Amino acid sequence: MKIRALTGNEAMAEAMRQINPDVVAAYPITPATEVVQIFASFVANGLVDTEFIPVESEHSALSACIGAAAAGARVITSTSSQGLALMHEVLFIAAGLRAPIVICEVNRSISSPINIHCDHSDTMGSREAGWVQIYAEDAQEAYDLTIQAIKIAEEIFLPVMVSTDGFIISHCMQRVEVMEDKEVQEIIGVHRSPYSLFDKPITIGPLDLQDYFFEHKRQQIEVMNQSLPVIEKVMSEFNARFNRTYSIFKTYKIEDAEQVVVLCGSTCGTARVAIDKMREKGIKVGLVKLHIIRPFPHKELIELLKSFKLITVLDRSDTMSTMGGPIYVELRSAMYGCSQHPTIVDYIYGLGGRDIDVEQIMEVLLNGEEIIKQKKVATPIGYIGLRE
Amino acid sequence: MKDKKGWRELPIGTIITEPGSAREFKTGDWRSQRPVWDANKCSSCLICFIYCPDNSIKIGDDSKMTGVDLDYCKGCGICANECPKKAIQMEIEKR
Amino acid sequence: MSKIFEIRWHGRGGQGAKTAALLFGESAMSTGKYFQAFPEYGPERMGAPVQAFNRLSDSPIILHCGIKEPDVVVVLDPTLLGSQPIMSGLKAEGAIIVNTTMDPKVLYNELGVTTQKVFTVDASGISRAILGRDLPNTPLLGALTKVLGIMTLDDLLSDIKKRLHKKFSDEVVEKNIQSIKKAYEEVQPQSVRSK
Repeated sequence: MKIRALTGNEAMAEAMRQINPDVVAAYPITPATEVVQIFASFVANGLVDTEFIPVESEHSALSACIGAAAAGARVITSTSSQGLALMHEVLFIAAGLRAPIVICEVNRSISSPINIHCDHSDTMGSREAGWVQIYAEDAQEAYDLTIQAIKIAEEIFLPVMVSTDGFIISHCMQRVEVMEDKEVQEIIGVHRSPYSLFDKPITIGPLDLQDYFFEHKRQQIEVMNQSLPVIEKVMSEFNARFNRTYSIFKTYKIEDAEQVVVLCGSTCGTARVAIDKMREKGIKVGLVKLHIIRPFPHKELIELLKSFKLITVLDRSDTMSTMGGPIYVELRSAMYGCSQHPTIVDYIYGLGGRDIDVEQIMEVLLNGEEIIKQKKVATPIGYIGLRE
Repeated sequence: MKDKKGWRELPIGTIITEPGSAREFKTGDWRSQRPVWDANKCSSCLICFIYCPDNSIKIGDDSKMTGVDLDYCKGCGICANECPKKAIQMEIEKR
Repeated sequence: MSKIFEIRWHGRGGQGAKTAALLFGESAMSTGKYFQAFPEYGPERMGAPVQAFNRLSDSPIILHCGIKEPDVVVVLDPTLLGSQPIMSGLKAEGAIIVNTTMDPKVLYNELGVTTQKVFTVDASGISRAILGRDLPNTPLLGALTKVLGIMTLDDLLSDIKKRLHKKFSDEVVEKNIQSIKKAYEEVQPQSVRSK
């Protein structure tokens, strides 16, 4: 293990170098540009064996990745925001074809208005595409989870995207523990493909009408169902080997808490500082950091969250359903099947990179204390740091 | 529909594992006209074979035309139109 | 959790404010500290006002919000005083380090510097004399090391040497080291109390 100073983008590129994928097809976009730019320099300097395919759009990038995956290759790409949006139709194709591709995604808002900064509307907009979606809090997690992602993808033959917060993490340099190349190769193992165009003639992507389409979609739902235990297995192998503590979600000081905050991404760290400050005041609050948004770990979350008085969700995007942000909508939907119904409130924050600090989160937690006391929710959906 | 495989039995990713399986799909069942071949007029020039969009002109080992494969012929009539000997006539399909 | 030191760098595009923040963070890391180094994310144009930031601590840093109340502000270009919000949020006991030959009293009385802890150093002059170019960022690393006092000059120099060696010739590295040392020696707290 080495201690290195890396930004989120450098950490992801370093993980890609150590994975040494067979094919990378990518198109640059802020703030993910550096991931492929740095990786392209690895290719140019002969540090990897990768076939690097420069393409003319993200649509082509992911399409090329699918072709490579169909040939049995280990494949990674990287994108952000509009790039992920342009990949949108191809995302579904990759998942339907069970192509184990990994996207290093850097979260950025989606136009319009045009903005280059972080929110989660790009990846949250891809929730229905059939990809496993993992969120990282910082550069260390971006590095670790990229390595785990390739393992997860190839274990269940599903595409996986790993997300970091644009600029906040992608361009912030920090201390990162980097494994030896050999250790990374050992943990990811040899890529075995579910099928390959090179073995014997097969047909990939045929027309599938009323007679079989439904069955194939049901298969896809099933593999999402079965993916959680696989994700947990990969995480625990990784933890055991590298002394880490990854799980589908991570709890913080929830044991005696009355109110629990649920969120994902870089704000988790800032929120833990807010939790500590509230605890100093004697207020019992805790936190759940979600790593896995797809599949949504509903059974596990119900079990974890059912007995708290209040769940405060922080969403860095909105569903435009007028029912709040995606984590809130899905968590509420999950909790409906539970006999105990904790009160759940939602706060939309940080759209277009709007900063969120410790004091703002403390204010939200104090509002929560008031809700618990009054046993009444005035407005279930609020906004943090928004000018009225 | 009930005789077809359920979702648990299908190969993943919609792949078709056997090559050449398109042959099993008989595409000639919505024909409204059928080509009728007169062997006596035919010189086996094979212009029909070249033009047929469905590869439905049957040819024997001696490279002579032996008939039309009605499993795949969609009745487009190109063969009849192109035949220099008028050896193929289109007739209304009776079912 | 240990104290987190927060630093804000003000410069102009091309002066190396971001590089200074990265180098300073990496040097702190080499002494076992945890750090963050990040630029202000805006249009990147030569000459436009830019900011960069550092967080430094003995324990892992989990804050991912912006830095609003820095402990130290470093100004690479004194022409930014008066036009940029240099003093914004600086802690009451916080320090400011300015690359200038101006009298600190002028900074205090005329250019809106309100903290008592004003440090000046002619980083551009040092750089011009030693490196032959106006690159104030590396000398300012020396000044900041002295003012902040969380690592020694030797810690800084040994790490900077290693990092610069990857990109530059021995001669350039040596000149940078000299200019860092000189700024370390020359930076002085200036009394501005007699207004």
